[in-house]
Amino acid sequence: MRARERPRAGGWGWRAAAALGPRGACPPAMEDELSFSDIYGGRLALQRRHYSPSCREFCLSCPRLSLRSLTAVTCSVWLAAYGLFTLCENSMILSAAIFITLIGLLGYLHFVKIDQETLLIIDSLGIQMTSTYASGKESTTFIEMGKVKDVIINEAIYMQKVIYYLCILLNDPMEPNGISQVVPVFQSAKPRLDCLIEVYRSCQEILAHGKATSTSP
Amino acid sequence: MVLKAFFPTCCASADSGLLVGRWVPEQNSAVVLAVVHFPFIPIQVKELLAQVQQASGVGVAVLGTWCHRRQEPEESLGHFLEGLGAIFSHEPWLQLCRERGSKFWSCKATHRQVPTSPSAPGEDQVMLIFYDQRKVLLSQLHPPTALPDHQAGDATASTRGLAAVFDTVARSEALFRSDRFDEGLVRLSHWQSEGVEASILVELAKQASGPVCLLMAYLLSLISAASTCRVFKLWPLSFICSKLSTCEQLRHRLEQLTFIFSTQKAENASQLMRKANMLVSVLLDVALGLTLLSWLHGKDRIGQLADALVPVADWVAEELQHLLQWLMGAPAGLKMNRALDQVLGRFFLYHIHLWISYIHLMSPFIERILWHMGLSACLGLTVALSILSDIIALLTFHIYCFYVYGARLYCLKICGLSSLWRLFRGKKWNVLRQRVDSCSYDLDQLFIGTLLFTILVFLLPTTALYYLVFTLLRLLVVTVQGLIHLLVDLVNSLPLYALGLRLCRPYRLSAGVKFQVLEHEAGRPLRLLMQINPLPYNRVVHTYRLPSCGCHPKHSWGSLCRKLFFGELIYPWRQRGDKQD
Repeated sequence: MRARERPRAGGWGWRAAAALGPRGACPPAMEDELSFSDIYGGRLALQRRHYSPSCREFCLSCPRLSLRSLTAVTCSVWLAAYGLFTLCENSMILSAAIFITLIGLLGYLHFVKIDQETLLIIDSLGIQMTSTYASGKESTTFIEMGKVKDVIINEAIYMQKVIYYLCILLNDPMEPNGISQVVPVFQSAKPRLDCLIEVYRSCQEILAHGKATSTSP
Repeated sequence: MVLKAFFPTCCASADSGLLVGRWVPEQNSAVVLAVVHFPFIPIQVKELLAQVQQASGVGVAVLGTWCHRRQEPEESLGHFLEGLGAIFSHEPWLQLCRERGSKFWSCKATHRQVPTSPSAPGEDQVMLIFYDQRKVLLSQLHPPTALPDHQAGDATASTRGLAAVFDTVARSEALFRSDRFDEGLVRLSHWQSEGVEASILVELAKQASGPVCLLMAYLLSLISAASTCRVFKLWPLSFICSKLSTCEQLRHRLEQLTFIFSTQKAENASQLMRKANMLVSVLLDVALGLTLLSWLHGKDRIGQLADALVPVADWVAEELQHLLQWLMGAPAGLKMNRALDQVLGRFFLYHIHLWISYIHLMSPFIERILWHMGLSACLGLTVALSILSDIIALLTFHIYCFYVYGARLYCLKICGLSSLWRLFRGKKWNVLRQRVDSCSYDLDQLFIGTLLFTILVFLLPTTALYYLVFTLLRLLVVTVQGLIHLLVDLVNSLPLYALGLRLCRPYRLSAGVKFQVLEHEAGRPLRLLMQINPLPYNRVVHTYRLPSCGCHPKHSWGSLCRKLFFGELIYPWRQRGDKQD
């Protein structure tokens, strides 16, 4: 038995894979994948996992490193090196160019290119953001629920565009109504508003659920 | 609210028993520290918990029951476990159960009191969070939370959030002292129940550190007493010592060694890290210095260096002479004032001649001096580099002198020009009011003033050119010295022990935690794995940097340019403790 999902307006298509628990009254642990686009038009895939009413995970996969841009950069570096070589007649330049290209590529994959960004929200514990780089390195930040004031969608001027981004507002311990920090989420994937609305709705459900159960002893 | 149960991974395979730990009511979480196995006498368990509470100040209590069903389900055990809830009353009572061969656990938390929420009468949802007890015990959170109270009783007000879990585990060492092989009355299961961990080397080092510290402290006190004797306070020696960077570096190292070998124990973790960082830095320094020493003394390199030194000094002097000849002619096509040019040029040429004679006088002794200075590398690479920087300063002393002469002359000229320019416009500097006021001059005052102003203006290009050339040379020398100082600073202040710890034992320095959701089945409680998120390297260096000599440039770029324009002397490497100019 497969669970069906209505196609979302703004998304390109959908593909659902749901795992059901034992038949009966238990809610299923759901996982589904949707396609969205980022602010430049590249294709993003949002994977949602619903572990329990108080725990959800959103995984956004960025477009991979394109072969075209890699070839273009490598060719331009090697052409420049060859040009210098014809001027200087020193073969060290060529080996240096190869070395620089390799080190540059490894450094780019390990420090710059983010493959996946994950947001894990656990009611009464906190919100965790993980960035996975192309070389496999993971960098995680965890914010405790006591510090989280709210999750909102904000507008910003980015270069020549106005974009929307999802961010977490942190409490100010000094001032009860103040905000000490704004932490943006999905900074390198930069999805568009339709994707952000999906994530925003789920986060607000969990935060509301958390507030409702915390008020009752 | 969901009840969070922090369960140590080492107890996941333990036999059935009682759960012992601390309940944190503000976060609705139960931190399980150990499991007490059957058979036990409840009175003895209560006594043990009271002892631990007395020793550590953590409110340890029996939180619930743990059931690990290895064989066929035993009904009697189930009833027995429920009956225990009556003996050890705790609100809420936790019941964790693990089936044989199943990854999923069942958890229940029951409240005795009448519940007020209509949804779950007497029961809470439970979330299981597994944590590695040993890593959480040894880890240190950055930024450190407020200091916990060491009085008896819970100190919950100061630690918030997950720091409370770290704090609880770290302070419950008294509970982890008994292991499986002890002849105690109560059998506990925790991370050290297979035997208390210890390392022979660490124990030996601890035993040896006492007498070694005493001996080193005594020697160091002798050395510092010798260095503060009256001879060094007399004028020539104290002046020279304050200018040489070698003395500064030696003093810095002496201070560090005194701190390391002081007989007082380190008060808190950050002091201990500082001591460890300093010790590793000193050891590395000495090791690098000995390497340099062995390299220098092999293959007669000192002789080669000494042979090369005098020709290099000669070459520098010759190049300076060429430069001055060029300035005395028509440098870059500019037309200089002939008379002033000749005077300044001859003055500087005579200086160079004096300097060369001095170098030639010293040349027989150079090799001996270098050999003895090379020996100083055994005190450390930083000392050797400081000596190199001082040698460069001494060898380029004539450039420094030229710079001072040129700068003073130029400064005088600029002062005169600005004052006469004011006279030209009919104004005057009011010293009392510290401002420019208008003033009516006599005719002869105006006449002489204008004459002097004209002379100074026409002599300005010559002086300015000499000043520019010698300032550039001086800045070159200062840059080279600055690079050496930067290297010395790096070796002095890099926290190598902290970096090594971050590389080999990343859980010791933690910036926070991270969670991973384990395999989940619908209807079962959510299981999470809590791991330590290690501190990134740049924050390690930033937090644990050692204080360096403090020889940093005090000027910003703007003030530096201003000083250069007005001809004020620059002292870029002010030593710590000197008066500001």
